Amino acid sequence: MSVNINIRNITKSFGEIQALNNVSLDIDQGELFGFIGPDGSGKTSLFRILTSLLLPDTGTVSVDGLDVVKDFKKIRNITGYMPGRFSLYADLSVEENLNFYASIFNTSVKENYDLIKDIYSHIEPFKKRKVHALSGGMKQKLALSCALVHKPSLLILDEPTTGVDAVSRMEFWELLKKMQKINITILVSTPYMDEASLCDRVALMQNGNLLAVNTPQQIIKQYKQQIFAVKTDNMHPLVADLERMNKEALVYRFGESIHVSSNAYDLELFESELKTNLSKLNHKDIRINKISPLIEDCFLALMDKNVVE
Amino acid sequence: MWAFIKKEFFHIFRDYRSMVILFGMPIVQVLLFGFAITNEINDAQIAILDHSKDVVTRELTQKIVSSNYFLLVENLESNNQIEAEFKKGDIKQVVIFESGFARKLEKEGKASIQLLLDASEPNTANMLNAYTTGIINTYSMQKMINSNAVPLSIQVDSKMLFNPELKSVYMFVPGVITVLLMLVSAMMTSISITREKELGTMEALLVSPLKPIQIIIGKVTPYVLLSFINLVVILLLAKFVFLMPIRGSLVLLLAECLLFIVMALALGILISTISKTQQQAMMMSMFALMLPTILLSGFIFPIENMPLILQYISHLMPPKWFIIIIKNIMLKGVGISYFWKETLIIAFMTVFFIGMSVKKFKIRLE
Repeated sequence: MSVNINIRNITKSFGEIQALNNVSLDIDQGELFGFIGPDGSGKTSLFRILTSLLLPDTGTVSVDGLDVVKDFKKIRNITGYMPGRFSLYADLSVEENLNFYASIFNTSVKENYDLIKDIYSHIEPFKKRKVHALSGGMKQKLALSCALVHKPSLLILDEPTTGVDAVSRMEFWELLKKMQKINITILVSTPYMDEASLCDRVALMQNGNLLAVNTPQQIIKQYKQQIFAVKTDNMHPLVADLERMNKEALVYRFGESIHVSSNAYDLELFESELKTNLSKLNHKDIRINKISPLIEDCFLALMDKNVVE
Repeated sequence: MWAFIKKEFFHIFRDYRSMVILFGMPIVQVLLFGFAITNEINDAQIAILDHSKDVVTRELTQKIVSSNYFLLVENLESNNQIEAEFKKGDIKQVVIFESGFARKLEKEGKASIQLLLDASEPNTANMLNAYTTGIINTYSMQKMINSNAVPLSIQVDSKMLFNPELKSVYMFVPGVITVLLMLVSAMMTSISITREKELGTMEALLVSPLKPIQIIIGKVTPYVLLSFINLVVILLLAKFVFLMPIRGSLVLLLAECLLFIVMALALGILISTISKTQQQAMMMSMFALMLPTILLSGFIFPIENMPLILQYISHLMPPKWFIIIIKNIMLKGVGISYFWKETLIIAFMTVFFIGMSVKKFKIRLE
């Protein structure tokens, strides 16, 4: 049932702006594949090309052997797409939205109820409620139900978790894992780097380029630097101070501490130097911990490298 | 497709603003045009300066005042008063009889009346002039017949056909029907389609296997129905509030209106395919459709009096042909054989617009 996707040398520009720059990628059947990247990195443009909503300037995309330009009608039958903005009718009720999306795909809610039951059961108690009165998390679940109701073999979700609370986000990913088990290829884009570790494979995008494509584990494994998490009593000037001290290292705020990544030969020396230099700048209560990198650290390093180059 | 139409009805009925536009506007417009904007003269205030004060002038004054068009407010005594009266602004016309009016008429066979008109409102002045002249001519005719003095004089006798009382409702109702059908049909559809673009739901519709023609028919059907209801409301108002006759076949009238509605809807879709936002669609419908409909269709200003270039442009305006058709049906009561050409023109325009909009309807986002 599920499909594989072959993307070859896709380029797309809007006037001066290069949205996609020679992107090539293969996605296997039944994968839960994540596209991670900041706003404007080209995720949405790529998805719109995959769903045949945009034409690429150059390059080809095939979905299950179908060409997205020539065979767009067939592709539209097998694709479930959830656009970045919730594409629901605010003045219709939950039930009416779902029925409408089922009927434009020539199917009915009853026919595929099994498929959406897990998701829809969360919002079914509110089925008479108008969509504008739903919370972000409920809207998201309804939008997913609408994208799934015609039993697609490819599900494309454009930033489904943007603007949704943390609990709903976790729930949502669990649902995606379940979907994957019933043999649907799923592509998800997200600006939240922490969600990358939930995917089978991820592609990191920036300015229309693919920076890395790999499993989350491999991406962490390839990260060679040491990360120090730094905390002091005076956090406010800390980033600027650390940047001034370590010209070639990458310094960024991460949660409650500041991360400094270093490829110094002697890490012990680096750490003690850091401490003495900070005390000179009147920082007290200095805590420095060596930590193993998270996927976010890897992405930030890759993106920094891309900008420098 | 049925689901699509049902959804569209939900949109319309749940948005009270569009309901107000759909059903409130026609009624308000018809009543406004019917009552407020009128070309008829009722009780225009006049003054009379009678230098003669004899039997004939009294009779003539009587005729003029009893015509219902005029209201005598002042009997003036001298020429000096005239200017002051006009400056007060209430008096629209002063009728002056020369001295020795009856005697001159008896002896020389002619006498003079002078009409002074306040032409700061040219239309009103023209009409008052025509009315008064008419009354005086009728009087002198009768006089001649009665006295058997038959010096054969040729009188110009103009008679107003089809609208003998020159009722402006007869002119406005066809115009209002046209403007409203155009506005409701074209503007509402173009807005409802661009709204989907704006909200991003169009993206989801495009990804579905729906064909452009299915989306278009789904969008348009509710508005065909609603416009038709509107039309019936206007016709009922015209008939029972303004007592406007429908002399021709009602079925034919409704059929022609339906054709025009479909044409306007097709135009609305065409507008929506080239505009990105609701605002843009609204402006386009307003300026590209409303103004030409009102100005160039012959609704208010006669096409024959326009510069040649505008006359040619008016041929491109569907409302022009439609107004000819409904005037023919409602006022003259003639059948299709008298306006098949106009019908054909509108039918052709309809096909053209539908073809264009299906062709221009984007199956992708660009």
